[in-house]
Amino acid sequence: MPYWLYLVIGGIFINNFVLSRFLGICPFLGVSRKTETALGMGLAVIFVMGMTSIITFGLNLLLKELNIQYLQTIVFILVIAALIQLIEIVIKRFAPSLYTALGVYLPLITTNCAVLGVAIMNVTELATQNIFTSFVNGISSGIGFTLALLIMAGIREKLEYSEIPEKFKGFPITLITASIMAMAFTAFAGLSF
Amino acid sequence: MIEKTEKLTFKDITSPFTNGIINNNATFRLVLGTCPTLAITTSASNGIGMGLSVLFVLVCANAIVSILRNIIPRKVRIPAYILIIATFSTIVEMVVRAFLPDLYDKLGLFLPLIVVNCILLARVESFASLNRVIPSIMDGIGIGLGFTFSITLIGIVREFLGAGSFFGIPINSIISAELPMTFFILPAGGFMVYGFLMVIFNSVVDKIQKSLENRNRVNLGSRSVNAHISTPEIDTQGGK
Repeated sequence: MPYWLYLVIGGIFINNFVLSRFLGICPFLGVSRKTETALGMGLAVIFVMGMTSIITFGLNLLLKELNIQYLQTIVFILVIAALIQLIEIVIKRFAPSLYTALGVYLPLITTNCAVLGVAIMNVTELATQNIFTSFVNGISSGIGFTLALLIMAGIREKLEYSEIPEKFKGFPITLITASIMAMAFTAFAGLSF
Repeated sequence: MIEKTEKLTFKDITSPFTNGIINNNATFRLVLGTCPTLAITTSASNGIGMGLSVLFVLVCANAIVSILRNIIPRKVRIPAYILIIATFSTIVEMVVRAFLPDLYDKLGLFLPLIVVNCILLARVESFASLNRVIPSIMDGIGIGLGFTFSITLIGIVREFLGAGSFFGIPINSIISAELPMTFFILPAGGFMVYGFLMVIFNSVVDKIQKSLENRNRVNLGSRSVNAHISTPEIDTQGGK
């Protein structure tokens, strides 16, 4: 099996960013009340993660060349923040309809640890590191995030109508729901090859 | 914004500290910084390591942002805050890598990810950028200790149930043969322990606060009754 396919299946199911690696939990808990907003957030994350993966891969080569890899975190987070601003401006100018759909979520993504997480993972954990595997890893991790977010939003819409003990309302019941989802996703570990 | 001439009272200094531990508890009340809370709490000692790292970054970032709060232009404040936070988190990362290599291996990805921990940006934005230096530092210490306490608690529960040990000391054989239940070390167990502990923490804090309020009200009430009317009949009524 080619490595990129392994990355796709791994990113979406086996090592799901939210349910197995615990990255991007804040938006997972915060923006999962409605499926529409969840979808908007998810698409924005996929887009940003793909772009970030390409750019940080190039940057890492530069850092290696200059032998200043300890600046990795600072450089990556600044580039991500700048990139998100840039994407916001470009989308606003050239695709206003996409901007109205994603606009609100873009600034939030700066502090989404999934984005920085995938950037660091690309340069530390991948077995073969080139620009293509980085990009595939970024996109598939984003899809995994979106999948978890969408499932959660679907469940939470139904939860609105069910009777929940007063103390469990809000975050606790969401966490316990996430626990059951994570249990289901644990079974994908059997797919690892 | 507070005027420079105004003097700090004792309460200005202590209330951010106590609020940070209980009312604004980052993990159970504000529900911030959930990623490390779930990811590294497979053991109690990880929790302490992570908590103290965040504490250090938070205190330093709060102090610097508070000093610079009138200098940083509002429009570029978020990138400026992120840069300040990233500086300190890089320092922590390098120190931990040099002196505590075991902890560095265990925390892994989540040490550099302190930068995007929402606790930091939230406190810097909502507290340090509006308050003076000493309350900001106290807020940092309070929130940091609250976070350390909470994730260590989650770590203790998960380690006890999942690995059958307490801070690395195996105790499973003493309690029961059913331990350890690997489920609690898995991601799913993390979500579940966090959810239930949140309910327990919030119920206990609410109950304590309610009883404190009641006691205050009763004290105030009886005092006012005694102050206004000092006939013996009323006193017996109060006793009833």
